[in-house]
Amino acid sequence: MRIAPRAYLFPVLFLIAGFLLAGCGSDHRFVKKTAFQDTNAITIEFAGPVEGSWATDKSNFTVYEKPDPDIQLIIEDIALGPDKRRVTLTFKDDLNQDQPHVVTTTDIRSERRSLRPAILTVKKLYLGHLLSIFIGAMIISNFVFTKYLGLCVFFGTSQRKSTAVGMGITFTMVIVVSAMMAWFLYQFVLKPYRLDFLQIVVFIGLVSLSVQAVDTILRKVNPALFKAFGVYLVLVIANCIIIAVPLILADNEYNAFESLMLAVGAGLGFLIALFLMSSVRERLDLANVPPTFRGLPIAFVVAGLFALAFLGFSGMSIF
Amino acid sequence: MPATTKNSFQLVSNGILNENPIFRLALSMCPAVGISTTVMNGVLLGIAVLFVQVFSSCTIAAIKNYIHPRIRIPTYTLTIATWVTVIDLVLAAYMPTAYKEMGIFVKLIVAFAIITMRLETFACKNSVQASFWDGIGMGFGFMFGMMALGLVRELLGMGTILGYDVLGFRPLLFFVLPAAGFFCVGLMMGLFNYIELTYNRKKKGT
Repeated sequence: MRIAPRAYLFPVLFLIAGFLLAGCGSDHRFVKKTAFQDTNAITIEFAGPVEGSWATDKSNFTVYEKPDPDIQLIIEDIALGPDKRRVTLTFKDDLNQDQPHVVTTTDIRSERRSLRPAILTVKKLYLGHLLSIFIGAMIISNFVFTKYLGLCVFFGTSQRKSTAVGMGITFTMVIVVSAMMAWFLYQFVLKPYRLDFLQIVVFIGLVSLSVQAVDTILRKVNPALFKAFGVYLVLVIANCIIIAVPLILADNEYNAFESLMLAVGAGLGFLIALFLMSSVRERLDLANVPPTFRGLPIAFVVAGLFALAFLGFSGMSIF
Repeated sequence: MPATTKNSFQLVSNGILNENPIFRLALSMCPAVGISTTVMNGVLLGIAVLFVQVFSSCTIAAIKNYIHPRIRIPTYTLTIATWVTVIDLVLAAYMPTAYKEMGIFVKLIVAFAIITMRLETFACKNSVQASFWDGIGMGFGFMFGMMALGLVRELLGMGTILGYDVLGFRPLLFFVLPAAGFFCVGLMMGLFNYIELTYNRKKKGT
């Protein structure tokens, strides 16, 4: 008997939702919620009122970023809400909210009772974190205009809009496949066996392998699509972005979802860059460009203007 | 292309002038735009590229008779990746500050089109010795291109050369901005085109 595909849908969605929401829970029974506030504050919400003398004493809290527990962050001020359930820790410097922070307290004192000490993790909503990686890779630190990678292919294929879109889509497909494979190999083979130094060799091999695999599969499964996009597959391997993404996700120790978001963001960001550039270059063909600047030089100047425009996105944080 | 008949001097000058990787072949533009803010960066990345180019050219030239034509591209890629790993680990161990400044670009030498292209068009048809000189030429060509870009950007942006204050003021702070790399490359390419055009016109006139 075949089970209708829809029957799978709800359990799977439920699992994903459960996984994503699991990030918001706290680790202590008396603590209801922890969250970042503004750029330099953390709020902790308790289930009942806490004693003012305990809550406003700076020595009762130690805060550090999860990856480096040695560096304690300096708390400048502690404020207790009027209902005594909400404590706001203000810090001297801005917090790096992409990293989870750990707040350790001494025994929590509430209504003259002493409760056991709490170790709390403060992090952004997981979905928001994923989305910020995605938007970051796509626009804020666009690989072409703010990281200056993949320029050879970028200038080579941005002459016509149709070519640009074809290249962008092919590139996105290949980069998602190869980034996921690179993540798997790095987490389960290279890291456990301490073969980190082979990163470059393994990743470049993997990229050529996935280009070949996409080529073969597409040829059999969807010949029409292959006819449209097959020519760009060879060019994908000459693009630095495709080798930069596995290196970045290995450096940052991203998990599977984060890696997927980075790869999709990088691919779509390249597509956006190609499309913008090709729109301008189609118009440039009609313009009266001085002979010395015809071709590549004027394309570089245009790309420089785009890069200046993309500079405006820098430092933006959405979630 | 049959085996080359040029001597070593011609091979080196060919890489630096006639087929300069940055301004003539317009290959490996990413580092030219990305980290050409100072002369020093250009020198360091130039040394790394020179090393990788020379050693992979020699390796491929030495084993060219044992490579099956169908798997030659993967062989090139793996050879380059091996040498890039070597230089990457060496730089990380002995020059940590400079390595940090160059960031991911050292690892990305593996994807530079110029090196694969030299292996494909030159090293797999020539002797080890000729490939060595060709690699030297291409590496120095790349280094000089990067240094020229770095010189313009450092002088115009910071008023310094190699960290020494030359002008005493900062003419155009804009050139230090990362985005100015595009402008700088575009303008210099335009300049080279202009020189070539006027040169050809003069030649025609006389």
